[in-house]
Amino acid sequence: MIEQLPVLLIVTPILAATLSLLLGVRYGRAGWSIAALTTTALFGLAVWLATSVFSGGTIVYEVGNFPRPIGIELVADRLSALVVVLVAGVSAGVLAYTRRGGPRGTSFYSAYLLLVGGLLGLSLTGDVFNMFVFLEITGLTTYALIAKGESGESAVAALKYLIIGTVGASLYLIGVGFLFLATGTLNMVDLAASIPAAEGGYANPLVLAAFAFVFVGFAIKIALFPLHTWQPDAYQRAPDGVTALISALVSTVSAYALFRVIYSVFTIEFLVATPHVTEVIVAFGSVSVLAGTALAVIQTEIKRTLAYSSVSQFGLVVLAYGLANETALLGGLVHLLGHAIMKGGLFLAFGVVAAKTGARTVDEYAGLARRAPFAAGTFAVLGLALVGVPPSIGFVGKWYIAVGAVEAGIWPVAVVVFLSTMLTLAYVARLIEKMYFTPPTGDVHAAERAVAADGGAENDAEATTRNPVSAGMLGAAVFAALLVVALGFSGSVFDSLLGPFVKVVLNG
Amino acid sequence: MLELLATRYAYVVFIVLLSVGLYMVIASQNLVKKVIGVNLFQTAIFLFFVAAAYIEGGSAPVVPKDPAGPTAVLVSPLPHVIVLTAIVVGIALTAVGLALIIRIYTEYGTLREDVLREVRADD
Repeated sequence: MIEQLPVLLIVTPILAATLSLLLGVRYGRAGWSIAALTTTALFGLAVWLATSVFSGGTIVYEVGNFPRPIGIELVADRLSALVVVLVAGVSAGVLAYTRRGGPRGTSFYSAYLLLVGGLLGLSLTGDVFNMFVFLEITGLTTYALIAKGESGESAVAALKYLIIGTVGASLYLIGVGFLFLATGTLNMVDLAASIPAAEGGYANPLVLAAFAFVFVGFAIKIALFPLHTWQPDAYQRAPDGVTALISALVSTVSAYALFRVIYSVFTIEFLVATPHVTEVIVAFGSVSVLAGTALAVIQTEIKRTLAYSSVSQFGLVVLAYGLANETALLGGLVHLLGHAIMKGGLFLAFGVVAAKTGARTVDEYAGLARRAPFAAGTFAVLGLALVGVPPSIGFVGKWYIAVGAVEAGIWPVAVVVFLSTMLTLAYVARLIEKMYFTPPTGDVHAAERAVAADGGAENDAEATTRNPVSAGMLGAAVFAALLVVALGFSGSVFDSLLGPFVKVVLNG
Repeated sequence: MLELLATRYAYVVFIVLLSVGLYMVIASQNLVKKVIGVNLFQTAIFLFFVAAAYIEGGSAPVVPKDPAGPTAVLVSPLPHVIVLTAIVVGIALTAVGLALIIRIYTEYGTLREDVLREVRADD
């Protein structure tokens, strides 16, 4: 049974997506129940998979029982198991938000489940071409979900993302084609062995070109600095619940896939043999960190601020990949997982505030602490975690990355991390100042919507008429904030979970 | 150089199509033409895979009737399978893209990017 888990995790959400569409024809409201049931089941399966991977080692599933060079593999190792738990957990949490926070409809839940299936497939695949297919499934459903927004703006943002994202995925496919020409295989484990055996080894221009195409393709999907232009629009125009989901998962899993390709396919020997590649990755990441935070500081729309902040946080993660030592890689992976929870939680808290008071810009957040104390508190905690204030998961990741930079002897990178922290503090502190220390402006519109008390403790019938915020919506955001703080104390847990994995990755 | 063009013409066409597609995506103001550009971009990649799998005089990889018979030169089926999958993905993307364009057209009444920008700036 345990060997079947990886394929179950991918097939279940995809089947449930069609089930949701089919049942939706007859029973209009079946979508949420099916989605909730599926994501809860997936979370259970994911935790089961993770526990068996951490106790019993890597699980490999051969599709159709064809062995490695011919067949397709699904692989669950320590890192992919953690990513799977993250995907399943976040999708279940965000679903609790969309129950009332919207959007709704069977087509929405169907796309939601397909997206979860695509992300899980991307996390578990052991084959570079299937990675392209799952990347496109993820992309397609993301475009559809963004277009779920009410205004035409969301369709424009989705089309922009579609065009840029497709070019990115196609560049990745060209890279895969080059790798196939150089080695004649598509399996990741096989590729790792046959790239050095290819003509010219790591210096083979075909291999180098393949790496360049794959890296740029993923840089578009992850939204690193000069290639990030789709992201602020997409995040801003998508419905609030959708933004929380895609900001937490889509770029995160793409960044995980980049890690897979760099360290499982090209391997550390490739990076050692071609030092310029690591320099380019580190430089790319550093520019992204600085440009992302600088752009975030000058935004007035909170959703755009958070979107640009993602650009900088993923810059940090990619930069850590380029540093290629144990501490930095551990930091990069911890930050990757932690950022997903922080950013998802921030967008959930933003959604709660927007539903309750209609506030969407920095100025409208004035005096928010009095109107929506729980949401404001959640926002503040998550924001400070994003800055990297201990104890929070944001601190653990950034600290390891900075120490890793010093260990690698690249001091300027540590300065970059420090500078970005200061700039992050600038935009978070501005928000906290607005929420807690600025008296509310006489915004009639906001005041009339803020009648209901925060918390959602009153009974359900009353809540639907008065309070647009359900317990599930606030609960999901508060849970994210608690998790971020709790994980801040667990630096050693991550060390014991991912440490051995990173060691194997670095030492072969 | 001439010899390269004559023997590797498929790869040259691949680069040309890729560039034309990318140029259309960036330079064309018409949203439908942008999607066509994306399609061209993808088609170039399909051509690349098919060209890579082509072998002079190669036959389809089918198990011969007589196992002891002459071993023919076979074409690798894998790139073709990849292209088939990628074509399906491409069709799905085109469908979603065109659906989004229809939505944009009903909302703003234009297919041109520059007009769209003006309309949105006025709102």
